[in-house]
Amino acid sequence: MAHVAMPVDKIEPSYLEVTTNTHKGLLGWILSVDHKRIGLLYLYTMLAFFFVAVGFGFMIRLELISPGKTFIDAQTYNQFFTLHGIIMIFLFIIPGLPAVFGNFFLPIMIGAKDVIFPRVNLLSWYLFITGGLVAVAGWLLPGGSADTGWMFYVPYSVRTTTNVLPALTAAFLLGFSSILTGINFITTIHRMRAPGMSWFRLPLFIWSLYATAWVQVLATPIIGITLALVIIERTLGVGIFDPVLGGDPVLYQHLFWIYSHPAVYIMILPAMGIVSEIIPVFARRTIFGYKFIAFSSIAIAFFGSLVWAHHMFTAGMSDTAMFVFSFITFIVSIPSAIKVFNWVSTLYKGSIQADPPLLYVLSFIFQFSIGGFTGLMLGALSVNIHLQDTSFVVAHFHYVMFGGTGFGIFAAMHYWFPKMFGRMYNMKVATWAWAIVTFGYNLLYFPMFIMGYLGMPRRYYDYLPEFQPYHFASTIGSWILILGLIIMFTNLFVGMRRGAKTPKNPWGGETLEWTTQTPPIVENFHEVPTVTTGPYDYSEYEVAKKEGT
Amino acid sequence: MFTSSSNFTNDVDALFVYITALSLIVLIGITVAMIYFVIRYSRKRNPVPKNIEGNLTLEILWTGIPLLLFISMFYFGWVGYKDMRAIPDDALQIKVTARMWQWSFEYPNGLKTDTLYVPVSKPVRVDLHSMDVNHAFFIPAFRVKKDVYPNKKNDAWFQSEKVGRYDIACAEYCGLNHSYMYSAVHIMEQKAFDQWFADASKKANLEPKLVAQTK
Repeated sequence: MAHVAMPVDKIEPSYLEVTTNTHKGLLGWILSVDHKRIGLLYLYTMLAFFFVAVGFGFMIRLELISPGKTFIDAQTYNQFFTLHGIIMIFLFIIPGLPAVFGNFFLPIMIGAKDVIFPRVNLLSWYLFITGGLVAVAGWLLPGGSADTGWMFYVPYSVRTTTNVLPALTAAFLLGFSSILTGINFITTIHRMRAPGMSWFRLPLFIWSLYATAWVQVLATPIIGITLALVIIERTLGVGIFDPVLGGDPVLYQHLFWIYSHPAVYIMILPAMGIVSEIIPVFARRTIFGYKFIAFSSIAIAFFGSLVWAHHMFTAGMSDTAMFVFSFITFIVSIPSAIKVFNWVSTLYKGSIQADPPLLYVLSFIFQFSIGGFTGLMLGALSVNIHLQDTSFVVAHFHYVMFGGTGFGIFAAMHYWFPKMFGRMYNMKVATWAWAIVTFGYNLLYFPMFIMGYLGMPRRYYDYLPEFQPYHFASTIGSWILILGLIIMFTNLFVGMRRGAKTPKNPWGGETLEWTTQTPPIVENFHEVPTVTTGPYDYSEYEVAKKEGT
Repeated sequence: MFTSSSNFTNDVDALFVYITALSLIVLIGITVAMIYFVIRYSRKRNPVPKNIEGNLTLEILWTGIPLLLFISMFYFGWVGYKDMRAIPDDALQIKVTARMWQWSFEYPNGLKTDTLYVPVSKPVRVDLHSMDVNHAFFIPAFRVKKDVYPNKKNDAWFQSEKVGRYDIACAEYCGLNHSYMYSAVHIMEQKAFDQWFADASKKANLEPKLVAQTK
């Protein structure tokens, strides 16, 4: 994708000024079918939910700073960790990368004017926001919000007097949002690629979105079916999951994890795609092992759909099931390892500029690796028996979901920020925020590995005095992390409002989004681009630079 | 962390250490390489990058070697797990009943306690049952854990190696007082156990027999 010299100044009004309808102000946003505006709608709503869930996380940690009651009672604590989980998973991490950055950049990166079904795309956002509000609504109803944990395990979720149904309905609506986005993305990638954009010229972020979208479409209906079964059970008294009616709680766990484990890959795959985008740009060289990274996304999506029961190794499954699910769990680690090795190799002999997006990516690789290695420990059957349902598991999935996906989202925000808003944040502040966030993050979650191995169960309101030092360190870590987050988001907000205007390609990216105007125009390109090379072709970079891009 | 208190402790810890050691080596390798590359090939030091598209030999190596190591981890995990399932026939059988939020233990002669007392070095089998929601029977020091369901009979076993008192926790979230659902297992010398068992049974008007009546 050779650069074409173009003046920095705007030629046409950007998507921020005009849109697909003639409304002004808020209506111009919530009725717009422009994929970029929809991406930003997702961004703002998703971040609002994120801050709320961080607040709950903060209070959980504060409560745990010392044994006994610190400031909330056990019931409130149980509701807080449930809300923290539901909001973080369904309203932040799952939609985070596909719905925000996939929406915004997928069409641009393949040289399309929009996604193939723009109206369905807007409908997805409405389902998302409705689901989000329903999830939070349980808080206002008598009985209070659910206290079941985000897994809603039966029979506790049948017995509790709190509002489980709104939370389940929310998950149902959010599932539809996810399915529609998935269908939209798959079809767009198949049908809307620019001339010359063959499959192996697709940016790796697109490959990861493609793999993700298939998981969204194939796995998400199962959570819908499961919910429908819960409703049938409750209203018609048909025993499915509730043992009182002759149902089986373990069946519920299977159905729950058949969706929710692939959902983990819905969360991590796009973040891996971000990493694959950012490293070549900041190392200014081509990616190492393009096809291996692309196919490992597909392999993760495939094998990741076959490991769900590793969440249930203590449930008393047959030996055959234990054998098979443990084995495939180890197999699914291979493509992740392949990705990590290729990423690190991409830094080799590059010409590296350690700007904030790359720094977040480095943190990602470090933390995701820890998440992966501890996943091996949990995949080994005998060790799993000891670690299952301890804070070791909590640390493990936070290392993958937050240290991985969360940091991937932060990296994406810092990477695409100048393209989305046409302005730049303060680099120095962003670097400081990165350092504080990374330090606070690791201080928050690492102690949980240790106390988990020592026998600290998860979802505990109170704990034995021997675990106090770890809890204390962890809580201090949460404060440092939140301080870093405040600095990061303030910096981005200030940059959005008052940052210096940026040229259209400040990082020297070679993918298509950097060839279009900044911020992009409504249908992305002045004329449909023709693609002649792979996505990270830096062989002609120096030539292009001399032409003055 | 690594004191042996049951027949499973050593095996589980050894596998944990094995995986941790391998992981640490690779993690340190990855991290050091990353930091070294970022410094050594910084744009100032290395203004002209080299485009390397990939290397098939490396790809095969870093697919193959992890695969072999992972299979070894899987294998040891499986072997350790098989031991956890091989419950000896002569094990002392205890019926464990969980409910929100307490444990109760029943000996073969019908004696019920809220704390578990068992003789040292004797295999103990726990038959797990719940009165209400899901719980999980967890003895951290023994590396023993099993979910407890209302409709399904689960079991587990252990053989203690040292006299002492060890925590029993509930590991599956079960509502309000989940974190207070602790009990303990007292590992006693055989003689002390026999004495305790005889006394407790007598108090409850039960025959001090440790083998269940044939039906």
